[in-house]
Amino acid sequence: MVPESYYVALSAVLFSMGVLGVLVRRNPLVIFMSIEMMLNAANVALVAFGQRYNTAEGQVLVFFVMCVAAAEVAVGLAIIVVIFRLRRRLSVDELSLMRW
Amino acid sequence: MQLGAFVILAVLVVGSAAGLILKRNPIHGALFLVLNLRERRRALPHAARGVPRDRPGHRVRGAIAVLFVFAIMVLIPGKEETGPDPLRGQRWLAVPVVGVFLLLSALILRSAALKGPGPAAHVPGGIEAVGRLLFTDYLFPFEITSFLLLAAIVGVLTLAKRKA
Repeated sequence: MVPESYYVALSAVLFSMGVLGVLVRRNPLVIFMSIEMMLNAANVALVAFGQRYNTAEGQVLVFFVMCVAAAEVAVGLAIIVVIFRLRRRLSVDELSLMRW
Repeated sequence: MQLGAFVILAVLVVGSAAGLILKRNPIHGALFLVLNLRERRRALPHAARGVPRDRPGHRVRGAIAVLFVFAIMVLIPGKEETGPDPLRGQRWLAVPVVGVFLLLSALILRSAALKGPGPAAHVPGGIEAVGRLLFTDYLFPFEITSFLLLAAIVGVLTLAKRKA
């Protein structure tokens, strides 16, 4: 059986790569995908700790995380489409104002 | 055997995550994300086979990936990262920040929280155990989540109908 620490290590690496993507990339779509990766890294840790503590609650939390991720992606992509309609560009560096 | 499979899948997961970050074309990034989600699901512990590997969860992840691909097709991005970068110096700061985070994670991995006896032989899992928890102990968060999804649907429709 694979020790849980391996899963937690994988989760930490994935989460770090997601943080790196959010901080380094300028395209909001890629930033969103990196956030999605961070949420999934958290899911791996939840399942691993659920297994360690002999409970199914980690898997229940994974359900909630997936629902919140779906809502976040839907709303976020709608906002990105509206911004693209208004400005014809998508660089996050040019989006310092929430209202114009 | 399990450890070998885990190592192979972990390499695939981390490699696809690196591809997502490094590829400039967002459609390549979306494809790497699909690979990442798929292999991550396979790499999960066997005890979690019930929920994270089930069909509804699979559909949610597939829907998210399809949403990204649709958005990329509609927007046809790609020029955002070709011009001069005014924050280039600041972006390099992300590397030490992530390094510190990884260091802290390594300290946690060496801590007592993950030492001691391994997992139980029969960890509860699967649709039945999760469904029982969802409709008993987690009923209130479950209802709150349904409201959240409803609010997201209304928000998306409002944004989509808005005139530019």
